[in-house]
Amino acid sequence: MKRAFVAIAVLGLGVAVDAAAQDAAVEQRGKEVFDDWCSACHGDGPGKPGTSALQALYNGQKPALLEERTDLTPELTRSFVRTGVTVMPFFRKTEISDADLDALAAYLAP
Amino acid sequence: MTLPPGMSQRDFSAALRQLETAVGKEWVFSAPEDVALYRDAYSPFWDEEEERTASAAVAPDTVEQVQSVMRIANEHRIPIYPISTGRNLAYGGAAPVLSGSVVLDLKRMNRVLEVSEENAYALVEPGVSYFDLYRDIQDRGLKLMIDVPTPGWGSLIGNALDHGAGVTPMRDHWSTQCGMEVVLANGDLLRTGMGALPGAETWQQYKFGVGPWIDGLFSQSNFGVVTKMGFWLMPQPDAYLTGTVVVPRYSDLIPLVDTLNFVENSGVVNGMPQLGSPLLGGFFNPIQSELRELIENGASTDELEAYARRQGAGYWSCTLKFYGPEKSIAADWEWCQDKFAAAIPGATFENGEQFRFPLSTEEIEAITRGQALGSRNSTLPEFGIPSLTMFSIGARSATNPNPTEGHMWFSPIIPRTGEAIIEANRVFSEAARELDLPINAVGFSLPTTYWNRAFIYLFGLPVTKDIATNRANREKFERLVKIVAEHGWGEYRTPPAFQDAVLATYSFNNHALRRFLETLKDAVDPNGILGAGRYGIWPRHLRGGRV
Repeated sequence: MKRAFVAIAVLGLGVAVDAAAQDAAVEQRGKEVFDDWCSACHGDGPGKPGTSALQALYNGQKPALLEERTDLTPELTRSFVRTGVTVMPFFRKTEISDADLDALAAYLAP
Repeated sequence: MTLPPGMSQRDFSAALRQLETAVGKEWVFSAPEDVALYRDAYSPFWDEEEERTASAAVAPDTVEQVQSVMRIANEHRIPIYPISTGRNLAYGGAAPVLSGSVVLDLKRMNRVLEVSEENAYALVEPGVSYFDLYRDIQDRGLKLMIDVPTPGWGSLIGNALDHGAGVTPMRDHWSTQCGMEVVLANGDLLRTGMGALPGAETWQQYKFGVGPWIDGLFSQSNFGVVTKMGFWLMPQPDAYLTGTVVVPRYSDLIPLVDTLNFVENSGVVNGMPQLGSPLLGGFFNPIQSELRELIENGASTDELEAYARRQGAGYWSCTLKFYGPEKSIAADWEWCQDKFAAAIPGATFENGEQFRFPLSTEEIEAITRGQALGSRNSTLPEFGIPSLTMFSIGARSATNPNPTEGHMWFSPIIPRTGEAIIEANRVFSEAARELDLPINAVGFSLPTTYWNRAFIYLFGLPVTKDIATNRANREKFERLVKIVAEHGWGEYRTPPAFQDAVLATYSFNNHALRRFLETLKDAVDPNGILGAGRYGIWPRHLRGGRV
């Protein structure tokens, strides 16, 4: 029984490790998508119109940097990417695929 | 769901299945939410009946797949509209000209096929953006500089085909292209220039091959789908230098431009010059209230010159930009000062910025910060660095609480003379009053100097999500097209909404140009399936009875 428990525990750990590795890979991909498609406007530093726009919109009540936000649900990220807002256009699936968008949403999610 | 004109849902579905076989099911988009991503985000027809919308999109990954798509489209008579990165915002975005077209989305074809440092060229596919090529060159540590337009996410091929421009010595993108590969409407594959020679070793080194040079036929047109293009690049220069000429009198504008033309056409000034007016302000330097009052009260030139003297400011300025060996460009600047001083009594000179390539991280950050703050100093594109900082214009910011939702460029070419600038300002001011244009009619607007031999004015008319406002602005745009044509000026590039109107102004000899283009269209695309309506070129069955 004990041996069976150990076996199950090890199996469970393996699943947990696999899941963690998968999550890390998704987040890593999300970061790459952010760097490729979002950072030119929403990155840190000067000359980033998206960051400046969010700074003006929230006036410090929320972080201007998307990567520092703690309220970006995956649904919100998906919605902005696929519908755009003001001068920010929406993005096609040949630019950001659904899988990449999921990764991006996971990366930006709290 | 939008369908190709005259096509049944059943036939269209059958054609889409064939397209799926050609490119893979996941790369044919026909679900409404996917097709909606091919709307023009800056469409002046947003949500109107006339908005140009796609019926579907197909995204091949290889030239062979593009050929298959064209064959299937011919078989089913499906209108196809190619896009490269689809980021031609303010000039059409990813949307077709003819509603119901299937967008041929080439974004997946994003390979940098070759970069030669020794011969300073690149060969790329249409999905390659300026960011992509820049990263590729940086990653490989090549000593090459690319020229970028202000938004860096566009396609090198798409931008060149639409006659786009940047700011460095290689800024005329169309003139830097060398050799292309084209899939014709019937699916046949063509290579131009030396590329027509099997085993050619100079495809990206010599443009013309033998016989007529046909590359121009594929720009701003619908005669083929460009799947590869070569571009000449600039070896990374040693240094960059700017210097500003300031002249005191209103009438100095004329010799200022004449001398500018001379120093550029002599090959001495190779960067993009920047005309300005310390007196009259500029885009980032709003006009002072005292001066505004003077102008609004109809101040004479003498009064304005007196104002300039009181302010200690010149009337006009021109910043020259030089790329090359440090000692040479310093000497070039000196030579230019001699020329301007000889032509314009009272001209003064200010030394500007100096950089050595490659720029340091700190220098790049300082330039970016200046650009973001709207300084008149050099910007990232001057150093061949792509960015999206351009979108600061219109985006929400500390000084702009009401962001715009897009714009459409009205961009006429005018002669490269001071007299033409003065005349253009008279014409545009009058038009602004007549049309109640949302552009600053007070002050003086100076042209952009993308090209050595002609000036261009760029006016961004707002696009909104309000139908009535968009309708009114479209009417104003169309009126502007006619007004400038009456003065012998014409647009160099225009959004799809106005391509018919603009081509109609190029009407010499009863529209001989349009008739020639239509003859070509009928010959190379007899079924009229490719890019219908692009730049006013329509296939026979869509010419509304015009033969």
